[in-house]
Amino acid sequence: MTITGEDTRTYGYTDLPALMGLMTGDEKHGPAATSTLDVLWVLYDRVLRVGPERMDDPGRDRFLLSKGHGPMAYYAVLAAKGFLPVAWLPGFGSYDSPLGHHPDRVLVPGAEIGSGSLGHGLPIAVGTALGLRAQGLHEPRVWTLVGDAELDEGSNHEAIAFAGPAGLEALHTVVVDNASASYARPGGIAARFEAAGWSARTVDGRDHDALYDAFTAPHPGRPHVVVARVEPKNA
Amino acid sequence: MDTMRDRLAPVVTRLLDEDPRVAAVLAEIGADGFTEARRRHPDRVVNVGIREQLLVGAAAGMALTGLRPVVHTFASFLVERPFEQVKLDLGHQGVGAVLVSASASFDWPAGGYTHMAPGDVALLDTLDGWTVHVPGHPDEAETLLRHAVAAGDDKVYVRLSTQSNAHGLPVDGERFRTVREGRRGTVVAVGPVLDAVLDATEGLDATVLYATTVRPFDAAGLRRATEAAGTDVVLVEPYLAGTSTAAANDALAEVPHRVLGLGVGRAELRRYGTADEHVAAHGLDARSLRARIGGFLGAGGALPPRA
Repeated sequence: MTITGEDTRTYGYTDLPALMGLMTGDEKHGPAATSTLDVLWVLYDRVLRVGPERMDDPGRDRFLLSKGHGPMAYYAVLAAKGFLPVAWLPGFGSYDSPLGHHPDRVLVPGAEIGSGSLGHGLPIAVGTALGLRAQGLHEPRVWTLVGDAELDEGSNHEAIAFAGPAGLEALHTVVVDNASASYARPGGIAARFEAAGWSARTVDGRDHDALYDAFTAPHPGRPHVVVARVEPKNA
Repeated sequence: MDTMRDRLAPVVTRLLDEDPRVAAVLAEIGADGFTEARRRHPDRVVNVGIREQLLVGAAAGMALTGLRPVVHTFASFLVERPFEQVKLDLGHQGVGAVLVSASASFDWPAGGYTHMAPGDVALLDTLDGWTVHVPGHPDEAETLLRHAVAAGDDKVYVRLSTQSNAHGLPVDGERFRTVREGRRGTVVAVGPVLDAVLDATEGLDATVLYATTVRPFDAAGLRRATEAAGTDVVLVEPYLAGTSTAAANDALAEVPHRVLGLGVGRAELRRYGTADEHVAAHGLDARSLRARIGGFLGAGGALPPRA
């Protein structure tokens, strides 16, 4: 692991609450921030072939955080994995900090896109998969994380409907489902993707092994979605 | 004569052959022209279907991997419908693309207002860093398309129209071109309005500049022209009237000046018919332009009889 700056510690999952506490001032966090924590950790710890030293490598996996709201878990994981200095975390949201309440790819090392406005990550991920394929880069996988309510955006429906028939095998979406959409999707979230030709798994979004199995399930010739269920936002 | 848009697929097909970075991204509109290109480069010619938000978002994703996407559909669906994608997926992400529109302000008047986009350039003016080419002839369109694709990772908009001047002029993708020199004012004609402006200013002692690249605005070129022609400036644009008025004012901020912005009116005309009828309705025909330009420059007089 490459460590940025003078911090030579190695961080694990149990350190994440403390890292998030550096941003929020305590260790209690809003649902928007913590709903993604386990998904992000399993991806960065066990699935994504990325690292601070690989950010210019065309062959790296891409992770596009579409749900840019409540990015503390994202920043905590990036800090734990050495993409950005832990020392940046306490400045969260301040004028001189690169870490905003929505992430900016130009400012945050390791962030593949800037996000905040909902419904942009998945279409951009589609284009990233297309661009890699057009350049003969068949190894790198493209991941994007969206929220269940974010799926309401029409731009996501355009992307879902295209990616299945286009056979974008490199494309992966993880939907963190904290039941925050005002209107439940008839048939469930996975059904929406399956109807468009995606491979789909629905798992407990707090169960690291279940997440890992779902993330790494084979899906030849099709894009893959993992619906990660977490406790409801208003529970 | 063929149209500017007739040049798009052949030019981009050649660029796809020549440069492995180039990709074409389409949303059904114009896809037929790319059939052969798609056969040769199946992964670099992408038709996303009738999905304009995805059109721009996907182009941005391709640009993030290092490609140079050329994105095409009608202006209404390219700039207006997915405007937030243009703003965020390209601008905020810090990547570029070449957006090539068709249909322009009223290329298909019988199609009505749904297919008109006179505000496209004004809308892009709310964003930073866009180059905007407005060719006035198919030959110029071809040259400017090549400039656009070759412009590194810049954000470039190429506005194609069925309206055209009779003859193309050499264009460099940067500067205004002096086509007539006078001493009683400067008229800037943008793209396809040049012929009408030349007719309208015949016999007037005015400088006529021809602009096919309007962003960045050639402020130095305008200032230079006003040194001999004085600082009365008329802008004649084939899109929303006044779109470049602020740019002209900024160019002349250090000197007393007057600017008149002519172009397509803001009010929805709610008429069908022909492009010529819409040109006349917006006062962009030679006779109307003569009256408005002549009146503003104080160099009036009726339009001389045509030979």
